[in-house]
Amino acid sequence: MTDIPTTIVPPEETRGRSLFQLALIRFRRNRAAMAGSIMLLLIMLFSFVGPYFISHSYDQVFPSYVAVAPSIEPLPKADTLGDVLKGVATRARVELREFAIEDNGFTATIQSDKTIDPRTIRYFDRANEFDNTQVVATEDDGRTLKVSGEVNREYFPFGTDTNGRDMLARVMLGGQISLAVGLLASLVSLAVGVTYGAVSGYIGGRIDNVMMRLVEILYSLPFVFLVVVLVVFFGRSFILIFLVIGAVEWLDMARIVRGQTLALKRREFIGAAQALGLTDWQIIRRHIIPNTIGPVVVFVTVVVPKVILLESFLSFLGLGVQAPLTSWGALISEGAAKMQSAPWLLIFPAIFFVLTLFSLNFIGDGLRDALDPKDR
Amino acid sequence: MFHFILRRLASAVPTLFIVVTISFFLMRFAPGGPFNLERPLPPATMENLMRAYHLDQPLWSQYLQYLKNAVTGDFGPSYIYKDNTIAELIGKGLPYSIRLGSLALIFALVGGVLVGTLAALRQNSFLDFLVMSVATTGVTVPNFVVGPVLLLIFSLTFSLLPGGGWGDGSWPFLILPVITLGLPQLAVFARLTRGSMIEALHADHIRTVRAYGLPQRVVVITHAMRGALLPVVSYLAPCAAALLTGSAVVESIFTIPGVGRYFVLGAINRDYTLVMGTVVLVAVFVIVFNLVVDIIYGLLDPRVRHD
Repeated sequence: MTDIPTTIVPPEETRGRSLFQLALIRFRRNRAAMAGSIMLLLIMLFSFVGPYFISHSYDQVFPSYVAVAPSIEPLPKADTLGDVLKGVATRARVELREFAIEDNGFTATIQSDKTIDPRTIRYFDRANEFDNTQVVATEDDGRTLKVSGEVNREYFPFGTDTNGRDMLARVMLGGQISLAVGLLASLVSLAVGVTYGAVSGYIGGRIDNVMMRLVEILYSLPFVFLVVVLVVFFGRSFILIFLVIGAVEWLDMARIVRGQTLALKRREFIGAAQALGLTDWQIIRRHIIPNTIGPVVVFVTVVVPKVILLESFLSFLGLGVQAPLTSWGALISEGAAKMQSAPWLLIFPAIFFVLTLFSLNFIGDGLRDALDPKDR
Repeated sequence: MFHFILRRLASAVPTLFIVVTISFFLMRFAPGGPFNLERPLPPATMENLMRAYHLDQPLWSQYLQYLKNAVTGDFGPSYIYKDNTIAELIGKGLPYSIRLGSLALIFALVGGVLVGTLAALRQNSFLDFLVMSVATTGVTVPNFVVGPVLLLIFSLTFSLLPGGGWGDGSWPFLILPVITLGLPQLAVFARLTRGSMIEALHADHIRTVRAYGLPQRVVVITHAMRGALLPVVSYLAPCAAALLTGSAVVESIFTIPGVGRYFVLGAINRDYTLVMGTVVLVAVFVIVFNLVVDIIYGLLDPRVRHD
C-alpha cells in the first residue's frame, strides 16, 4: 500500500500576463532603455521645474556680467569690487575717497566740489553688484557723503551669454521649447498620420490607392526646404514651427499604420465588430487604432529627436523661435559661433541636447525590442 | 526592366506637376514679395518691375506661363541675383554640391557598412558598444556643431587643413566638409547595417553555408551581405538626394559655392523663381534616386521583379 497524502498541495496560482505587462518587463530589463528613461525624466524636471528654483529669469540682463565663465563661486569677486566702485563713482561724477568691503556690504565715502545730490547714490544701485545703497552720513555741507549698501551675490554655474543673461536659465528655457516642439510636433504627426493611415488601410480599394498615391507625391517634395519656406513666409511663431514640422513628418506614420491596418482588417474581431453593426469610424477608432499602438509608439520615439534636430536646423538658419525666447538649437548655434572665446555657450546646451537625443534613441530601441513579437 | 523604367519616368510627370503646383501657390499666398524692400521703392519703379517680371498679371496666367516655360527648360530669371537665370545659378552651383555630396555619400556608405558589419560580427562586445555609441553621437550632434569643431581643431589649432573655401577642389579643401556632411549619414548606415546584419547572420541559409565550412569572410561578404544591404539600399534614395542637392549648413560653414544656400536665400528673399527652381531640382533628384534604388533593389533581391 502506498500512503496517499491527505492534503493535496494546490498548484501555485499562476496569473496570465498581458502583452503589455510582458513588454513592460522586457523594457525594464533593458538597462540602456531604463537609463534613457530616467535621464529623460531628469532633463524634463530640469527644464520645466528648474526655473522655479533659480532666481534669474531667462531674459534678465546683467550688464556687469557679460560673457562670464561658469563658476560655482558667487560673483562679484571681492577683489574686483574696488574697480566697480570706482567705475560707479566716475559715472556719478563724484570722487571716491575711500571704501571698504565687508561680508555682505560695503561702505564708501564720496566727495565732490559741489553739494552732492543724495539721489546720486542711485548710480550704486544701478550696478548689478550693489543693492539698497543708503546715505549714512553727510559731511562738509553735503559735499562728502558716506554711503553703505549691500553687495549682491549672484551665482552663474553655467556662466552668462554675450548679452549678460544667465545661461542656466536659458538652457532651461531652451529645454522647455525644444522638448515642447519635439513632443507637440510628434503629436501633430501622430494624429494626422494615424488617422490617415487607418482610414486609408481600412477603407481600401480605390480610395486607398488615391490616398497612398498622394503620400508618394508628398514624399518627393523637398521637406526640410518646405519647412524653411513656410516659416519664412508665414512668420516665425512657436505654434507655427511645431505645426509645420508635424505636418511634414506624418508620412512615415501613415504608411506604418496603413500596413498594420491592412493586417488587422482580416482578423476575426473586426469581422465581429462589423457583424454587430458598428460604423466604419467606430471600428477604426475603437478597434483598429488601439491595436496599432506598438509600432506607433516606437516610431514616435524616432520622430521626437528628428523634430528636435529639425528645429535646431531652423534655429541655425535664424528661423527658429525669436529672442529673448530660445531653444537648445538656437543656443547651440550661437555657441558654435563663439566657441573659441566662450566655449561654455556651446558646451552646456550641447550636453543637454545630446543627452536628450541619446535617451530618446535608447528608449526607442528598448521599446522596439520590448514590443517586437518575433523576439519574445 | 525597360518598361518598368519607362513607366516610372512617366509617372514622375504628374508628381512633378503637383509638386510645382503646390509650391507655386503656397509661395504666392504668403505675404510679401521679392521687391518689398526695407525702404519701399517708388510706386513707378515698383510698377515697372512688376510689369517686367509679369507679376502684375493674374495669378493663374502667371502659373500657366511658368508651367509653359518650365516644360521647355526655362525656369525664368532670378529676382534677386540680377542678370542670372535660375538655370545659370543652379548650373554654376550644382557641380560643387554634387562633387561634395557624392564624396560624402561614398564616405558614409562605405564607412557605415564597414563599421556596422564589424559591430554585428562582435555583437554585444566592447567594440559593438563603442561603434554604436559613436554612431548615436553622430546622429545626435547637429552638423553646425561638428563643422566648427572640426575647423577649430584641424585648421585653427593645428593648421593642417584650410579653413574653408573650395580652392582648387583638391582633397585638403574637401576633407572637412565631406566628413561634416557625411557623418550623420554614416551613423544611420552603421545602425541600419548592424541591425540587418545581425538578422541576416541568424538566417537559415547562413547556417547552411557555415555548415559547408565556408570561411567567415565568404559567409559574411558573399552570403550575408546581400540580404543585409536591403534596408541600407532603401535608405540610399532619400540620403543621396539630400546629400547631392547641397546642404545650406555645410556650405555656409565652409563657404562653398554650391546650391544648398539657394534654398534658404531664395526663401528669405522671396525670390519666387529661385525657390521654384530649387524645389524642382530636389524633386527631380528624389524621383531619380528612388528609381535607381528600385532597380538596385531588384538586382539584390530576386524576389522583387520589375516587369
